Amino acid sequence: MSDLLYLSIRHALHHRVRTAILTLALSVALFLPAIVQTLTVRYETALHARARSTPLVLGARGNRYDLVLSALYFRLSDLEPIPYRALTDLVQQRMGLAIPIHLRFSARGVPIVATSHEYFEVRNLQPARGHLPLRLGDCVLGASAAARLGLAPEDTLFSDQKDAFEIARPPALKMHVVGVLAPAGTPDDDAVFVDIRTAWLLEGLMHGHAPAGSADPRMVMGEIDGNIVLNSAIRELNEITPENAASFHLHADESDLPLTCVLFFPNSDKNATIAKARANTSPTQQMLVPAEVVDDLLAFVFRIKGFLDLIALTLGACVALMTVLVVMLTVRLRAGEMRTLNRIGCARRTSLALHAWELSLILAAAVILAMLAVALAHALLPDLIRTL
Amino acid sequence: MSRTPCESNDDPLIRIRDLRFAYPGPPHDRFTLTIDELDIAPGEHTAIIGPSGSGKTTLLHLIAGILVPESGSIDLAGKPVSRLADERRRALRARTVGMVFQEFELLEYLHALDNILVPLRVARSLRVDAEARARARDLAASLGVAHTLRRRPSRLSQGERQRIAICRALIARPSLIMGDEPTGNLDPASATTALDLLFEQARDHEATLLVVTHNHAILDRFERVIDLPALVHAEARA
Repeated sequence: MSDLLYLSIRHALHHRVRTAILTLALSVALFLPAIVQTLTVRYETALHARARSTPLVLGARGNRYDLVLSALYFRLSDLEPIPYRALTDLVQQRMGLAIPIHLRFSARGVPIVATSHEYFEVRNLQPARGHLPLRLGDCVLGASAAARLGLAPEDTLFSDQKDAFEIARPPALKMHVVGVLAPAGTPDDDAVFVDIRTAWLLEGLMHGHAPAGSADPRMVMGEIDGNIVLNSAIRELNEITPENAASFHLHADESDLPLTCVLFFPNSDKNATIAKARANTSPTQQMLVPAEVVDDLLAFVFRIKGFLDLIALTLGACVALMTVLVVMLTVRLRAGEMRTLNRIGCARRTSLALHAWELSLILAAAVILAMLAVALAHALLPDLIRTL
Repeated sequence: MSRTPCESNDDPLIRIRDLRFAYPGPPHDRFTLTIDELDIAPGEHTAIIGPSGSGKTTLLHLIAGILVPESGSIDLAGKPVSRLADERRRALRARTVGMVFQEFELLEYLHALDNILVPLRVARSLRVDAEARARARDLAASLGVAHTLRRRPSRLSQGERQRIAICRALIARPSLIMGDEPTGNLDPASATTALDLLFEQARDHEATLLVVTHNHAILDRFERVIDLPALVHAEARA
């Protein structure tokens, strides 16, 4: 056997261009269905895992996919906000754990997720360095985000300025990085987490400035009910420090402040049903089961996968036909060699084995190449779940 | 490496009786070879002569079991080669016959050393070991082609190719060495060396030597010369 293997290797190497083309063609034919299958399984698993770990999502009525993808995978979108009271109502009903999510801003392209401390407990996120954000203006980075931005605790990070020419918008906020989370292999790795109040700061609904009493008299527009009204020339603070933290204040009723959605973890199935029923009777809000929405989404993905499978099958058939053609041509080209081997006394099955060995070698090389390509693709392809 | 001896020294190594062979084709236009009787003894050194188309190569192929006669019998080393199944003829050929072909028939994807070792690689009863490699090198050195062992056939001269083909025919120590114009492409000096090696190998291993040649200058070195047209009734029927 080793002699035949040796002869087959020598023959394959001698016709290296033909061997390389055949190997490459076969590996592509194997790679395509394999990568589609493995990526589908990988994304299906990841999508389901994330969706199942979040029983319910409350948000504004509108596109259910946008709401779930924003709530679970931090995809920035223009969802209508819901008021903070939607969360406090759920909390007061004592039917489960409600976690606010605000998602509208970014910092150097990384989504800023404003939430509460319970979020880190529910997602089992632990700081690898530093600590979780405790104060207004603090932020903690997901592992990938920290690596990509090259930041560590004690660094600072500016929020991205939205509507740069809109003078009514607050300036970019200089946030203090207080921690970096341990890698979780989820979209949490690619986010910047802040306290929910920091989001309102970014919205311009909360701000800090020098005390009105000590303001330049030219900025004082008047006094209403004992409150000094300043004009918009007052310079807002864009960094929260221990010295100025006390000057930050809201100019609105907290219950009206915006949230993107609320993650709801009900105490029981009954509470889940009640919460859903109440929310879904509202003309402005909806409560979704992420697992159901993801299933719908995956059904669409599987339809696409079916199409890709068909393409892969067609490609595979073409490659198989091409391989048969190449093998037939090779057999014809090697007819002289086989005649010589026959004359030397080589058994017929040995002659066939020579062909079979060479084809097996090429097939084995193609399989290995395809497997390497699949592994490489898995390593290099961006995690679609984290970048949804 | 073993040889297949005849059952007894009195038995011929090759025994042909009432042989009739015809190539496929229309009856009026096909070559036919008939031999009533031919015996070649073990260890005998025989030359076969005759004009082109007289059936010399065909006779070698019939003896080696490459071709099968229409009728009659050919016994090789005591085995009825003409009646054996294809696979058994191949096995007998691998064990018994070493053949130098007219067109050398070296494999281009192997270098010269591997070409010499091919019969050992493809025959199930034989194998390539250190002794076989050493023997291949010795044979190549004897024929003055030791320096070509790492070259592919396309990088060898005609004479070098023929000498490598001779080495390949001898590597398995066959009891029957057959040459189809084995010195046809060699210069006189190389032809003498090649013939010397064939005779030496045949003598050393008590092998039978059967050579087809057009070179009448070398005939006196053979114990027996068969003039094929005189022996057979070969006729091309128009």
